[in-house]
Amino acid sequence: MSVDFRRGDLPTLPDSAPVTLIDDEGHRAADARDGGFDFPGADELKSLYRKMVVARRFDVQVTTLTRQGRMATYPSALGQEACEIGATAALRAADWLFPTYRDTIALLTRGIDPVDIFPSFRGDWHCGYDPSAHRTAPQATPLATQALHAVGAATAAKLKHDDVATLAFLGDGASSEGETHEAFNFAAVWQAPTVFMLQNNQFAISVPLAKQSHARMLADKAVGYGMPGYRVDGNDVAAVYAVVKSALGRARAGGGPTLVEGLTYRIEAHTNSDDPSRYRDDADVATWKTRDPIERLEKYLLSTGLLGEDDRRSIAAEAEDLAARTRDAVSAETTLDPLEMFDHVYAAERPEMRRQRDFLAAELARSDEATGANA
Amino acid sequence: MSAHIDAPAEPGVAATPTSMQAALNAALRDALTEDPSVVVYGEDVGPLGGVFRVTDGLAGEFGQERVWDSPLAEAGIVGTAIGMAMYGMRPVVEMQFDAFSYPAFQQVVSHLAKMRNRTKGAVSMPVVVRIPYAGGVGGVEHHSDSSEAYWTHTPGLTVVTPSTPSDAYSMLREAIASDDPVIFLEPKSRYWPKEELALPVRTEPMCTARVVREGADVTLLAYGATVKTALEAAELGGQEGLDVEVIDLRSLSPFDDETVDKSVRKTSRAAVVHEASKFVGYGAEVAARVTERNFYYLAAPVLRVTGFDIPYPSPKLEEFHLPTAERILDALDTWDWEA
Repeated sequence: MSVDFRRGDLPTLPDSAPVTLIDDEGHRAADARDGGFDFPGADELKSLYRKMVVARRFDVQVTTLTRQGRMATYPSALGQEACEIGATAALRAADWLFPTYRDTIALLTRGIDPVDIFPSFRGDWHCGYDPSAHRTAPQATPLATQALHAVGAATAAKLKHDDVATLAFLGDGASSEGETHEAFNFAAVWQAPTVFMLQNNQFAISVPLAKQSHARMLADKAVGYGMPGYRVDGNDVAAVYAVVKSALGRARAGGGPTLVEGLTYRIEAHTNSDDPSRYRDDADVATWKTRDPIERLEKYLLSTGLLGEDDRRSIAAEAEDLAARTRDAVSAETTLDPLEMFDHVYAAERPEMRRQRDFLAAELARSDEATGANA
Repeated sequence: MSAHIDAPAEPGVAATPTSMQAALNAALRDALTEDPSVVVYGEDVGPLGGVFRVTDGLAGEFGQERVWDSPLAEAGIVGTAIGMAMYGMRPVVEMQFDAFSYPAFQQVVSHLAKMRNRTKGAVSMPVVVRIPYAGGVGGVEHHSDSSEAYWTHTPGLTVVTPSTPSDAYSMLREAIASDDPVIFLEPKSRYWPKEELALPVRTEPMCTARVVREGADVTLLAYGATVKTALEAAELGGQEGLDVEVIDLRSLSPFDDETVDKSVRKTSRAAVVHEASKFVGYGAEVAARVTERNFYYLAAPVLRVTGFDIPYPSPKLEEFHLPTAERILDALDTWDWEA
């Protein structure tokens, strides 16, 4: 609100060298690139590693199920685990997450059961989990719309004097949408406790960033709104976690919003119905595969003795367990009640809705009768 | 005309001439007072009190944490209201003018209207989007659209429009209390005419139509600003011996079939009157459903008396575009009354 908008020092252009805490080789980055952010503790790093490994196994499993035709569609986040997990792991339980369609693995860090994540991708229902219970909005498909919801929820939290921040995921394509501008502007003017995690994975379906934006980098966009922006190595989970955690802390303390650009790459296709060979070079993909976020952290953890064989075994077991549970859940026969379509349109009952529900109920009854007669 | 108004809720409060603008202002004030989760924001709704003064004085009374000026961005206004509703608030937001609401279209149809459905009922959207709409006030382009067909075509929304100050108060209170998102269309040309009224007042439930004038020969179905036009037509028709019943639909979605069916079965003739263009307009839905449900009671086809299929004209031409009492009566004359 305008009353408690305190104009502090206006931010300057972010550093174009991404914040990096652990480099490609798995070493602690040189001080110059760490931006002064807190290096995560050993337990935090191990937890991030575990979450990334499990999330990737899940992601690969769902992609496989999609190829087998057991899921309608699935936009993979393979290679983006550091952004997805690093950013959401920085949230507290009371904070809210506003994910997009690609941020499925982020939902795992919010404690949402995979069984409740599938319905929208399998075609059962649009959102299978209770957003309030997990403080996680439904995955948004129209680009950038959810960023405004994040600003609204953050502002409501601020009005209620709750110590709560919100995190919105965006992609590089979404940065072109008008609603991204509105979200950044509202958040800055209202000093909303919101962090925008912009995953720059280089392509919006087939359109490369160079055709999407003429800006020096997407993190620069923050400056025009009067909020700080950071470019972070999006394949370095330690850096993503540290920067987002710092931004969330600043937001909760009344410091307003932050834009974080995570520089990363989409290893898989946009979705299962996309053919990336038509628009990108295999050599680029190969290069980015050498920058894998999981391998990078693994190298660091192994070289520092933080990760033992027991850990790896238990993490692998957890990942396989989740994959198996995912396969079983997706493959399980589900019974959908078509009449439920009418139950959640309005809070207040409507005569016309009741008539249409009754119509379908009668049709279903006739169909059951016919089936029974033929049996 | 005012027979439908309930007695004042507080006995002893004298009725005074009250405009729709004042009634809406009082409704917002009372809602803000009674429910701390209600917030009001939009363009110029703060110290200015809104361009139509509907929010006059509220920012001063309730402070800028309850009533405030937002940045000038309609998608942002509705989008943030959705997030606020997810966090337990009941936002009442303003679009300032009908055609200014179009940037918010995506937020309304893709999220506001669908959130309950997407989440299997887990998330309610108690959001009111106030839209001053329709013409007759000499507005320049983009200031006089009747956009009701866009909203009423969207499942998940409740779309209402009052035509009197008493309804404006009562319906806005009910809209704010509703757990469903409500598109609250305020007919601009009805902001200033006054009615003898003691607030607070509660009229018929928000989602119902009301017979505002009884008649035996024909039913005129109107809403918002055209209720006045329909009543003028009824008076004029009466002088020629035509007994006209007028229904104020009040709620465009849901549609109150019962009240309309009852009237049409009595009169056997119906015409719907609106300012919006005819083609695929709201009147098409009304004519179709009245016919589907009452075909064998009808003596003549259901007529539509509407604006033309043109972009809303310039102020000096709008009188030629808007339905008039004469145009309504001329339309009724096209029926074969002997049939």
